Order: sequence, then structure tokens, then C-alpha cells
Amino acid sequence: MAGTAVSTFEASLDELNVGLTRTESEGFADALSAVVEEPAVGVPLEGYEGISLDDTAVETPPTPGLLERAETGVTPVGKAIAEYGSVVVDSDAAGTEPVSLYCPTHVAVLRESDVLADVTDATGYLDDRFAAGGSSVIATGVSSTGDMGALVEGVHGPKHVHVILLTDQ
Amino acid sequence: MSAQRERRRKAEKIRTLLETEGDAIQENVTHMNQARYDVLEGFDEYEDLRTEARRIKEEAIENLPELVERLRESVEANGGHLYLADDAADANRYITELAEDEEAETLVKSKSMTTEELEVNEALEEAGVDVWETDLGEFVVQIADEGPSHIVGPSLHRSREDVAELFNEVFDPEEPFETAEELTQFARDYLGERIREADIGMTGANFVLADSGTIALITNEGNARKSAVTPDTHVAVAGIEKIIPDAERLQPFVELISKTATGQDISQYVSMLTPPVDSPTIDFENPEEPLGSGDGEREFHLVLVDNGRTEMREDEHLKETLYCIRCGACANSCGNFQHVGGHAFGGETYTGGIATGWEAGVHGLDAAGEFNDLCTGCSRCVNACPVKIDIPWINTVVRDRLNGESAPSEFEFLVEGLTPDAEGTVSLQKRLFGNFDTLAKIGSATAPLSNWTTRLGPVRSLMDRFLGVAPDRDLPEFERTTLVDWFDAREPTAPNADADRKVVLYPDAYTNYVLVERGKAAVRTLEALGAHVELAAPIESGRAPLSQGMIATAEQHAERVADDLAPYLDAGFDTVVIEPSDLAMMRREYGKLLDAGTHERLSENSYDVMEYVYGLIENGADPGVLAEPDAPLAYHSHCQQRTLGVEAYTEAVLTDLGFDFVTSDVECCGMAGSFGYKSEYYELSMDVGGDLKEQFADEGDRKLVASGTSCTEHMTDLFARDVTHPIETVAPDR
Repeated sequence: MAGTAVSTFEASLDELNVGLTRTESEGFADALSAVVEEPAVGVPLEGYEGISLDDTAVETPPTPGLLERAETGVTPVGKAIAEYGSVVVDSDAAGTEPVSLYCPTHVAVLRESDVLADVTDATGYLDDRFAAGGSSVIATGVSSTGDMGALVEGVHGPKHVHVILLTDQ
Repeated sequence: MSAQRERRRKAEKIRTLLETEGDAIQENVTHMNQARYDVLEGFDEYEDLRTEARRIKEEAIENLPELVERLRESVEANGGHLYLADDAADANRYITELAEDEEAETLVKSKSMTTEELEVNEALEEAGVDVWETDLGEFVVQIADEGPSHIVGPSLHRSREDVAELFNEVFDPEEPFETAEELTQFARDYLGERIREADIGMTGANFVLADSGTIALITNEGNARKSAVTPDTHVAVAGIEKIIPDAERLQPFVELISKTATGQDISQYVSMLTPPVDSPTIDFENPEEPLGSGDGEREFHLVLVDNGRTEMREDEHLKETLYCIRCGACANSCGNFQHVGGHAFGGETYTGGIATGWEAGVHGLDAAGEFNDLCTGCSRCVNACPVKIDIPWINTVVRDRLNGESAPSEFEFLVEGLTPDAEGTVSLQKRLFGNFDTLAKIGSATAPLSNWTTRLGPVRSLMDRFLGVAPDRDLPEFERTTLVDWFDAREPTAPNADADRKVVLYPDAYTNYVLVERGKAAVRTLEALGAHVELAAPIESGRAPLSQGMIATAEQHAERVADDLAPYLDAGFDTVVIEPSDLAMMRREYGKLLDAGTHERLSENSYDVMEYVYGLIENGADPGVLAEPDAPLAYHSHCQQRTLGVEAYTEAVLTDLGFDFVTSDVECCGMAGSFGYKSEYYELSMDVGGDLKEQFADEGDRKLVASGTSCTEHMTDLFARDVTHPIETVAPDR
């Protein structure tokens, strides 16, 4: 089941033109540097095993100035929804929500085991988070608008999204 | 204002909008409508999810008082505030006082129709607060000082060129804006600055979860996220009907709303915020300090708005409006809306088919009066609505109530005898069209004199003046020999009397008095295929009065039809109907007019004539007795026929018989019963008909075929060619 969900997720990302890098934890730093455009800001990747933003080009902790300046924002994401190619951005005190939103490029770091098949599979996770006062955003592709007479990508949110999928977590 | 002057004012307004906004509206709205069809085509769960969504909304509205209390507890437990505002003034007072307490100078908003309903921007501006709309479409209408023309896309009536001209004028850039990219880039930067300096962020809410106090916001641009999370204080404004219990109940809506709204699988951002959120405060005045390190604290206020909704909940007919999730599919699927947009097809706040329910509920009956007639009851929105609201019915009920409020005319005597006056005062125009059967009976009895008279110029200008009948529209030509006359006079009277299949053919008023040939063709075809055919009594189904909002009269018709058909049904007859709008009455609207048992029986035993032909052939009748194809066809099915899903049978029979045909895919021909006959709507109906004309523009060598009466009349005008019913095409020779 997890395997099917992951391949569906990859196909959905492809359709959305969202970049994907598959890597084991060991190769994370290289994978990250290949997709990060500087200046970059990030949220510390707590809860992930063996990877970190320390010793990378990504500056932490986020500041308002970095939100305004940075080209790339790197954050963990809680879950992914294979059917739509969505990532679930969980709000936290470290600033995942604004970092994923303000920078022109959002790099989402995701564990393969967190890929769920569909929205129904995510409702339990979401209800638990909400009950604890948490907030989440199901983010699919890049920010866009048709309000100016043609489809334009990159409005109030990111113009590019890239997912780094940790295949061994 | 005299009735004629009022009609001329309406016609003038529609004409102006067709010229100024029609093109942009049509391009944008039909695009979204097609995208909806495309995305739903591969979405097998659609019907199940609609059923589920409907059930969730029904339950939530049923349990609303309890949900409000649960939500209050949740919001307060989270550290937020919940204010239940009785009406717009109450909500605005709370919000402006809050702004004063916060010493707020500026406020940024994400798109919210409920705040449009409140006119909170005006209230805030009066209190000295600068308000900025951050959704780009809302920003455009804010700059232009206009109302939104569509529930989902407020600036859909403006083309890129329009927006560029507006921005160049207002912002006077060094290099004039030209492309959508340039305009978007400018708006993003300009509004980004407004968001960073704002003291309060205001959002609406698509859904509110009672169990956790979570609000769900669905956007593509990301502005709702930014507006909610950047200023320390977040105010969310939501109608009380937005509350559902929890995330499990949210799931069907997440799956449905973007598909029916814009034809996207899912919107870019489904933000589910449980404020005050965990995200750190952002102090742009101390740019190099880590987020959250200032002394700012997050604050949250949820303003729940009643503003008439509790009364709507207690109103048997308007209640359904509260299930609306404001996706705009009813507007997108509407032929009239596609052409004229929400500045005509809308009230003080809301636009499109469902607007009638909202406007009548929150602003009062009169607010719905100006545009209610633009719903023709074509029913194309019925299957488009993700929560299965019977939008045409809401429009009919409101029309009925508006009829009751209209003042009696001094020219009542002109239509005397035309209404059993069940509705009290009804405009002369509506009484005329609502009593088509009586007119047709007189017209037929006095034909051809009646036909000559109505062709006279002076007669037509009087009809325009007093009755609102468009002078340029060809009127139906009544036949002296009705279908009933013909049927009763023919020999032998009862072929196939001992056949297994017994049919009672329903002679609708048009078939009986005007398009008699299609009735004869139906009889010949059914008999040739081995069925025994009898004619029901020529009682108008109630469609005509219903379309004018004369519900009590329609009910009387329905009861008479049911009484007439009952003995046939007892004897095992099937009811076959030629006119799709009358079949739709029996299958759909009779559910509102008759008791459930009677409706169910009529509904289950009534068939479209081509559906029945298909069934007879499938059950072994020999199609070889029917006519062979003699010409290629261009076929336009009927709006209500397509809503019932029976147009496929016509296509199947034509295919089986080897016809070469093309079909149209416009939502409605534009005539829609009496609509296109009315002086004030004639031009709009011709404009809508333009789509069909365009589709068949290259089909000049094909015979035109249409299932509905009004489509037939309209196409005859549009193409200046003969139009026949499919049954006439397949019927065996006399």
C-alpha cells in the first residue's frame, strides 16, 4: 500500500510540475544544496533522524528579514497526500508556516513513510492535530491566480515547490 | 414606474452589460464550466460524495444551535473569542470596536462574500481604518469601486486589458502594465507591503469545525494564509451555516469544492487553522530578531454572522440555501449567467442561481426581485450543485412570493379569465405566460384568425406595451385541428388493443395546439412498434404557471393531470411525454406539488418519447418499421432533458437507425419557455442563442432537430429554417 501511494504521489507531483528528489538520509545535504538557491532560510528539522540544516547554506532560525530576502524556504512537512500531490504543512512555533509561504521557492522535506493515499487517510491525523490546537495546510503545487486575465504562478505564495523525499525514513 | 418603462429599464441595463462585460464574463465563466465537466468526468466518487456532503449539511443545519455552542467552547478553550452577531450592524460594531481597541490603522483581508454582505469595509473605513483586499480579484474590484460579479471570481467581468487600463490609471507606473505577469507581480508586491504593515488580518471561512474551533480556508493565491498569519490579530468572519463537526466531515467538501468551483482537482491551499495559531509572531520592524521574539501576542476573534440565517433555517423553502458552499457552479452552468454575469444576475451581494436564496434570506425579498426572473428554470445547475440544492425551486418560490407583493395593474381586464387568481396579484405578463394553455385553446379555436391578428404591427406594439411580449419575436402559430381532434377522428381507433405495451400519450399544450405534427408522429411511431396508444386529456402540466412563480395554479394543474392519469396507471399503462419540460414536471417538480406517493408513481411510470422508443426496440420491437435516414441531422437536446439524463436515448435511437448527426453542447438554447418572448429579455435570449447558432454555423446542410418546444421556436428564429422533433424524423410514413 505504501509503495502504491508513493508512486501515485510521484506521478501527481510530476503532473503539478513540482520537483522531486529521492534520497536516503545520508545524501540529504547534497540533495538539498542541489535545489537551494541562496539566500535560504529554514526551520530546523527536528524529529528527523540523521539529517540537519546545520552546515548547509540554509540559515536558521527564521527572522522577518530572512522571510523577505530569502529565495528559498526549507521546512519539514507532516504528511503528503498521494492522490493530489499535496504536502501537509503543519504550523509550529519554529515558523514552518511562514517559511513555506513567503519565499519564492519552498523546499519540503518529507519522510516516505508519511505519504498517505488520500484525504480520507489524513483525517485522523488532522483531527488529532486540531484537537491539540494545531493547524495544517494542505498545499498542492504552487501559488497561482487567474485574476489578471491569464494564469500566473507565484502570487502571495511560492512560485516553485520542490519535495525532498527521504526514502529510508 | 409603469410596467413597460420598468421592462425597458431592465432591457437597457442588460444591453449595456452585454456590451461592456459580456465578452469577458462569457470567456471566463464558460472556461470554468468546461473545466468542471472535465475534472468530474474522471471522478467516480462524485455522486457518492455529493450525497454525503448533502447529508452532512442537512445534519449540521439541523443541529446548528448545538454546534454553535460546541464551537464557542472550542474557540474559547483555544484562547480565542467568539462573537455571535445578530445582523450586519451588530457584526460591524464588534469589528470596528475591536479595531479601535487595537488602535489598528490598517487591516488586510482575504476574499470573503460574508464580509461583502456586511459591507464591513465601509464600516471600517468610516472608523478610520485602511482596508486592503489581498485576493487579486477582490483587489481589482476594490480599486475599481465595483461589486463582485461572481461568487468565486469577483473580477471575472474584466479582461486583462481592462485591468491593465485600470491599474495604469490608478497607480501611474513608470512603465505601463501590459501582461498578466506584470500586473500580478505589481499586485503581489504592493499587497505584500500592505500585509506586512497591517495591524489586523481578516479572513472569511469556507468551513468551521465545531469540535476544535478550526477554520478551513480554500484559496489558490496564498493570501488567506498570509493575511491570517502575518498580523498578530486575526479576525475570521463566517455565516453560522459554515459550521460542521470535524475533519472527517470536512473531507467530502475538500474533495468537492475546487472541482465544482474552478474545475481543479483541489485548490492550492486548503488552510485549516486553529487560531490563535502556533506560528510565531512576525515583527517586520525588527527584521533580524528571530520570529516570535518580540512581545506581540496572537489574538483571535471569530465573528459568527446570523443576519437572517436563523429565519432561513426555519423557512421550509429557503432553508436549503444554507447548505450552499458558494462554489459558483450554479452560475457557471447557467446560460444567462454566462452571457450577462453577476452585475445583472445578482443582488446586493450574491450572484448566480443560488443568489436568489441568499438575497431573499439576508437582504430581504426585494433584493432578489431585480434579478430573479433571470433564472429560467432550465435546471442545468441542479446536477452541478455539489450539495444537491434544488436551485430552480428556490427561484420559483421566491418568484411566487414576489408575485404576491406586486401591485394590481389597472389593465387587469386584459388578462381577465386567464388566472384562477390562486396567487392573488400577478403581473399581466406573468399571468399571460402562466396561462399558455388557455391562450392556446382560444388561439386554436379561432385559428387562423388568431394567427393573422398576432402578426399585425399595431397588435404587437400593444402586446409589448401592456403584456411585455417582445415585438420582434415570432409567436406560436395555433393549429385549428388539435392533436386530440385528430386522434378522436381517426380510424381505426384502437390498433394493437391487445398489445402487451399500453401507452397513454400526454398531449402537452404545445403538442396539442401548435406542434401537432410531432404528436401525430409519436402516435404513428409507438403504434408501428406494437404499442397500444391512447391520449390523455389535454391538461397543461403546470410548467407554464410554475415558470411564472404561480405555484398554487401549478399545483392545481398537477392535481388534474395526476387525476386524469391515475386510471391509466391502474390499468398498467405507461405515460409517454413528448415535451421534455413536462416530463421534468412529472419526474422532478411534481415532487414539490403532489403528495409523495402520487409523485413517485407518476415519476416512475413516465417516459420521454424517444426513451420509450428505445425501450420498445431493446425489448424486441422491429426498428425496421421506422423511417430510414433521409438527411444528416444537427440535434439540440433540451436543458431539462439533459438534467434528467434522458437525452442519451434520442442519440441512441438515431445511432441505431443509422442517422448521421451532430449534437450541440450548450447549456440552454436561451429561449427557456416564456423567457425569450418577454420584451425585457428578448435580446439576452438572442445573445444566449448565439452560442447554439455558432455551434451549428457550419451545419447548413443538416436538418435541424430539437426535443423541446421553446428550443424549436428559438432555433426557427435563429436559423430561419424549419426545426422538427426527433420523433418526426424516425416516424414511419403516414
